[in-house]
Amino acid sequence: MTGLSIENISMRFDLPNGTSVQALKDVSLHLNEGELMSVLGPSGCGKTTLLNIVAGFLAPTEGQVVMNGHTVTGPDAERGMVFQQGALFEWMNVRENVSFGPRMKGQKEAEWGDNVDHLLDVTGLGDFKDKAIYELSGGMQQRVALARCLANDPDVILMDEPLGALDALTREKMQGLVLKLWKETGKTIILITHSVEEAILLGERLLVMAPRPGRIHKEYRLPFADMGVGGDLRAVKHADGYAETREEILEMIWNMEEEIMGRMEEQK
Amino acid sequence: MIGFAILLVYIAIFAGSFLIVRFLVKKATRDFTSLKTVTFGDESAVTSNRTASVVSVLTIFLIWGSFTGSAWVPGFLHAPGPFVGETSFTYTLETADGERDDATVFVRVVDFGEEVEKFEVDPGEGIARNDAVAMPASRSTTILFDKNDEATRKDGARVVAIDGTPIAPGDEVKTDAGRFTLTDKGAISFAPPAGLQMEPIWLPPPEAVVARMVEIASEGYRDSTLWQHLGYSLFRVIAGFFFGALLGIPLGYAMGLSNWFRGWFEPIVEFMRPVPPLALIPLVIIWFGIGETGKIILLFLASLWIMAIAARAGVSGVNISKVHAAYSLGASKLQIMRYVIMPNSLPEIFTGARVAMGVCWGTVVAAELVAASEGAGMMIMVASKFQLTDIVLMGIILIGVIGFGIDILMRKAENYLVPWKGRS
Ligand SMILES: Nc1ncnc2c1ncn2[C@@H]1O[C@H](COP(=O)(O)OP(=O)(O)O)[C@@H](O)[C@H]1O
Ligand SMILES: [Mg+2]
Repeated sequence: MTGLSIENISMRFDLPNGTSVQALKDVSLHLNEGELMSVLGPSGCGKTTLLNIVAGFLAPTEGQVVMNGHTVTGPDAERGMVFQQGALFEWMNVRENVSFGPRMKGQKEAEWGDNVDHLLDVTGLGDFKDKAIYELSGGMQQRVALARCLANDPDVILMDEPLGALDALTREKMQGLVLKLWKETGKTIILITHSVEEAILLGERLLVMAPRPGRIHKEYRLPFADMGVGGDLRAVKHADGYAETREEILEMIWNMEEEIMGRMEEQK
Repeated sequence: MIGFAILLVYIAIFAGSFLIVRFLVKKATRDFTSLKTVTFGDESAVTSNRTASVVSVLTIFLIWGSFTGSAWVPGFLHAPGPFVGETSFTYTLETADGERDDATVFVRVVDFGEEVEKFEVDPGEGIARNDAVAMPASRSTTILFDKNDEATRKDGARVVAIDGTPIAPGDEVKTDAGRFTLTDKGAISFAPPAGLQMEPIWLPPPEAVVARMVEIASEGYRDSTLWQHLGYSLFRVIAGFFFGALLGIPLGYAMGLSNWFRGWFEPIVEFMRPVPPLALIPLVIIWFGIGETGKIILLFLASLWIMAIAARAGVSGVNISKVHAAYSLGASKLQIMRYVIMPNSLPEIFTGARVAMGVCWGTVVAAELVAASEGAGMMIMVASKFQLTDIVLMGIILIGVIGFGIDILMRKAENYLVPWKGRS
């Protein structure tokens, strides 16, 4: 079976003080090739944990992740990662960062040069090839991270709040870029975000998770990502159903937060 | 007394130059900081005032020159010097029978470094006879006035007045000539005004230090030229640091990457870290003697722990996202080591290297003070035994300058090799 299957995953962290945290409980879902799924949920509901398990950085206490027919046991180049920030290599310039994956495979510049330069152009970094990472703005750094991931040609791209640290305007431009790259490359993408708008705009599928224990609360299939491709993201916000979906999800997350607060009050 | 005077002068120059510079250069600068209204408490608005630095260094030389009577400092800026030249006083002798007679003591006070030569005067008439005394400046001397007197202290005669002022054993009498006391045995102790200047044997003037430096640079001291002495010290530091880094950095990496290595070496490193390298000098001398091997091993030990701890901190300081990203991009463990862990630890390693170089430089000088046949420390140690204060001072200044130079070079290398430090 092709695609990415998350099968009955549970994750429990045993803390040094003897207690334990049930970060995920019985999470199952399947992504077909080329799907973009955004994941929303109140903070602490296990989104990052789920992504780390899919990436292979964490082994779940129960269940498994199956990718194109084989079980995930560790990180691999088939599953690329884009972090919120701080994951670029400051000791390399932009082009060296982007070509890191191919170079680690032992490829010569003749093999990766064209592709890397193309990606740099697509992400608008063409003029900054030789710049040092610390000379770039936050938005440009995230474009480097995106290009670096794509240059390695993974089957699945995992993004943990990749745009979370950017200002609103930069963020909007980057959302357009993510959509464009997704359509052009046909990659399977899981994108974690804490912005409801971003999740609706980018997610072909949208997963809302609930906390304590972390679990899937509800899943949506949305038309807005396809509308947004190549178009105006702001116009999409006036499309039919957008406002209703947004209100519904906001309400849902609001209630979850209320519930958490209530439970904390009770514990006191 | 002199120390207090120097402190006062120093504070006066500090405050005075501040007011002068403030008054003169007040509106001269127009940068962004000068537009800030809140500067007190804003550390970024505090920069090192270049004028203050220059005045500070000049002040040190000024005070040094002024209180040593340096030829480089104009005479009117000199602190009052000691009395030099001829002076005299009279003492009144009373014999056991109650007879009294006056006699004059002629004193010739010669300047620092000049020969003290005896001279004769006309002894005059009476029970008490005139005396001649030669003495160096800024000292006190005991005058055995009765060597030529008809009635001596053995006969029961004693001094009852100096220049007409009554005096008894234990009393102190001050006149224009200087300060007088009587010793327990009744001799006159005389000290002419000492002034506020330092004797060269305590603190030579700057030109003497420079002259000595020129001399030692060309003729050498203790069978080695100045450059050889400094070269030996530098060589030991570089060799010791090199081996320390060569072993310490891999050790630190291993401790940052493997449980077993960390468990094995942690007790050793944590134990050795607080042991000052100076405390190892005796053991190193017992084991390896005072030759090069011992010194280099000492400096090796001094830098080993610092470099190991720095390298370990460099590994643990890596943002886990970087390592995860590299794994997801298909890097192997070896490649993670080479392309992520090692470059990421460079800033910490440089910080460690700067500390280690400083410690090594201090340790080598100390080790040479204890035992060596050449080196900067040995030079000042031997010179101090012969009270050659100018060589000691010169040595201290050169040691400071070289230590400072090493740190600047390390910082330059750091800026060149680790330009991203503190900017991500
Ligand atoms: N390494 C860990 N050790 C212990 N608890 C953890 C660890 N990682 C995450 N958790 C806990 O698991 C829960 C989910 O965390 P996380 O996946 O980071 O949530 P999210 O990304 O949705 O904010 C939280 O309660 C968190 O405290
Ligand atoms: Mg998270």
